Amino acid sequence: MDKWMKFLEVNAPRIFDLAIEHTILVGLAILVALMIGVPLGIYLTTNDYLAETVLQIASVMLTIPSIALFGIMIPVFSIVNQGIGFVPAFVALVLYSQLPIIRNTYTAIKNVSPEMRDAAKGLGMKTSQRLLRVEIPNAFPIIMAGIRTAVVLNIGIGVIAAYIGAGGLGVLITQGISRGDNYLIISGSIAVAILAMIADGILLFIQKRYTPKSIAN
Amino acid sequence: MNKKKIMSRIVSILVYALVAVFFIWAISNSYFDYIFSESGTFLHLLKQHLQLVLVSSLLAVVVALPVGILVTRRSFRRAEWIVSNTVNLGQTIPSLAVLALMISILGIGFKTAVFALFIYSLLPMYRNTVAGIDSIDENLIDAARGMGMKPIQILFRIELPNASYSILAGIRTAVVLNIGTAALAYVVGGGGLGVWIFTGIQLFDNGYLISGAIPVTLLAIFVDYLLRLLERKIVPKGSKPPQET
Amino acid sequence: MITFDQTTKTYEGGVTAVNGVDFTVDKGNIVVLLGPSGCGKTTLLRMVNRLETISDGSITIDGEDSMSLDQIALRRKIGYVIQSNGLFPNMTIEENVMIVPDLLGWKKKEKRERFNKLMEMIGLSGEKFGKRYPHELSGGQQQRIGVIRALAADPPVMLMDEPFGALDPIIREKIQDEFLQIQREVKKTILFVSHDIDEAIKMADKIVLLRGGEVMQYDTPSEMLVRPKNEFVREFFGKDRAIKSLSLHTIKDLQEVIGLVNVDETIEDTITIHIRHDLRNTLSMLLNQEADQVIVVDDDDHRLGAITIDLVQKYLHFEIKAKPTLVQKG
Ligand SMILES: Nc1ncnc2c1ncn2[C@@H]1O[C@H](COP(=O)(O)OP(=O)(O)OP(=O)(O)O)[C@@H](O)[C@H]1O
Ligand SMILES: [Mg+2]
Repeated sequence: MDKWMKFLEVNAPRIFDLAIEHTILVGLAILVALMIGVPLGIYLTTNDYLAETVLQIASVMLTIPSIALFGIMIPVFSIVNQGIGFVPAFVALVLYSQLPIIRNTYTAIKNVSPEMRDAAKGLGMKTSQRLLRVEIPNAFPIIMAGIRTAVVLNIGIGVIAAYIGAGGLGVLITQGISRGDNYLIISGSIAVAILAMIADGILLFIQKRYTPKSIAN
Repeated sequence: MNKKKIMSRIVSILVYALVAVFFIWAISNSYFDYIFSESGTFLHLLKQHLQLVLVSSLLAVVVALPVGILVTRRSFRRAEWIVSNTVNLGQTIPSLAVLALMISILGIGFKTAVFALFIYSLLPMYRNTVAGIDSIDENLIDAARGMGMKPIQILFRIELPNASYSILAGIRTAVVLNIGTAALAYVVGGGGLGVWIFTGIQLFDNGYLISGAIPVTLLAIFVDYLLRLLERKIVPKGSKPPQET
Repeated sequence: MITFDQTTKTYEGGVTAVNGVDFTVDKGNIVVLLGPSGCGKTTLLRMVNRLETISDGSITIDGEDSMSLDQIALRRKIGYVIQSNGLFPNMTIEENVMIVPDLLGWKKKEKRERFNKLMEMIGLSGEKFGKRYPHELSGGQQQRIGVIRALAADPPVMLMDEPFGALDPIIREKIQDEFLQIQREVKKTILFVSHDIDEAIKMADKIVLLRGGEVMQYDTPSEMLVRPKNEFVREFFGKDRAIKSLSLHTIKDLQEVIGLVNVDETIEDTITIHIRHDLRNTLSMLLNQEADQVIVVDDDDHRLGAITIDLVQKYLHFEIKAKPTLVQKG
């Protein structure tokens, strides 16, 4: 216990900084993934053929192991001199987020009951109004569930990104491994687990708070 | 109507083209050369990789399925909560950390990697087994009991067949995940294709990177496809797969 | 024969769902358990095949105390049908129907023959439906399969918990008729749960009316309708119980007591009805068709005469309401 206190005294600020770095990497990737995935998911509800193709591509993408994807990206991005660091990690995380976000958006909007959609049409809502006022609010909890999956996934993958120089909490673990220092490994792991739980908790809170009462069950 | 079909066709052609361009680029830069010039090493690493995945996955199946079946028995219901939470908590620990922590317990080498992969595969297998069995309509079990089926008959004739979709999906998820995690076995001296990927990262050698990463990727995609085919064969026609979300 | 002797069930939480129930189901009879929701019908039924334990008292099946029998063997001798048909989605229709024979180790050929015979009973082609899966059948078809599955190993006793409850009224009536037809052939001892008064009157040789886990009255449907033992029974069957009791009588009964009228040849629309139709249906037919009379025919389509609303009313008055034994208060 004493050793732990001493360890934390020395390393707490660093762990905190790395956690911030980790959060920024994952947060930015999720934001961009949302900007692509949600509109795409909504659009796909109007074209079933395309939906099948895109969901299939996204699902194959998700089966690619993260370390292998990094391995592929380094040579590709080194063409533009960004082989190592933030950019390949960021791009990988955006790609990995696509499947949960697109799929959940797509199924959620698809599942909005046809009667409700008809009622909205009957009230004279324009397509954009219908989307914003009827379909998205009703699909919200499922879309949020997709986002939560993506965030937790990305926080884990972000650890591996330390190997390609993207920083974050993975640094503690990789350093721990190379130095044979279990304190670093354990503190890094716990920090990652806590980060994942906090992020999931916050998103769950948002999901609950902004889900229309009538459909929350 | 047809316009939509064409659009979907265009997108898939674009993706295929992109993949083709990548391969042409990689080949023309001779990034795949190590696979041929060091084919002995390559095959050795591939074999190691497959062994890691196979042994750890088999062990996980042998442990996770019986435990999942056990906690869904009536008399063990109360244990389900504890087991499920322990397993869930385990999953929040990053795979890399599981590997790393095993070093201090088991030292460095193949066994350590297998054990870490095994631990990491338990969750998806266990969770899907429990979810699959739990999702069976209580009335079905009731009908089966009322007809005089013994508990063991209910398990093998009703519960497992109807949960098979979920259970097999759990195994597939775990195995595919395992193929990726096995690429990290390098860090605990467990070998596998990760050796080339990490060598590539350390030496900035695109050849090692690609020669390691592409086979791992193809392996994951191929095994995923294969297991999906198997699922379609094994799952009884009448028990519909639950909707994915 | 099933005998309940002071049968009592108290659930773990302390709810007494069935309290000192006493009655006997005779061999080959259908006894309907009737009563409001939560009165203990399902609980009582499930105690028979020991899906629920018996807290006190006993249940005897063909002279043997059910507790003395092996639980699995006991259940295999009792057919069990539930509301949500309980068909196994992973098995084909044939596998579903033949599950108990299969458990009992029947030969392949025996099973095949039995399956085809059972399917014939419900008017479905074994050939066509055998290889299908439950979700490929309509609700009504699934429910029929549920019934013949319970009959498969020819158990002497059947337990049916609202077997037709999930079906729409038209299909329900059809299946009820079909089931009665089958019962005439197989003569099972049946305990049948229902919360539908009309269904109970139609299906039952005797009705057990339950309230709060206790038997309010155990009688034939007509006795219960015309001689309710207490206020609860009277209220339960409602003010129109006289009309309900019409469903217990056929045109033939009426013909024997007061005779039919002659056919009015001037009427062009001639609707016919079979002599074994029950009077309640006949009455609603008369009312719905706005016909003055309906022509009654026998098996060979011979015209036997005609029936009118007046006739039904007369019969109701003389035969049902004015029977000397009937003393009604208020
Ligand atoms: N497993 C149980 N544990 C505790 N109480 C129960 C249980 N099952 C039923 N009960 C209670 O026992 C009583 C009788 O229930 P039962 O299911 O037998 O009623 P029912 O007559 O079949 O009703 P319904 O017509 O609604 O099906 C009810 O008060 C019910 O709440
Ligand atoms: Mg009930």
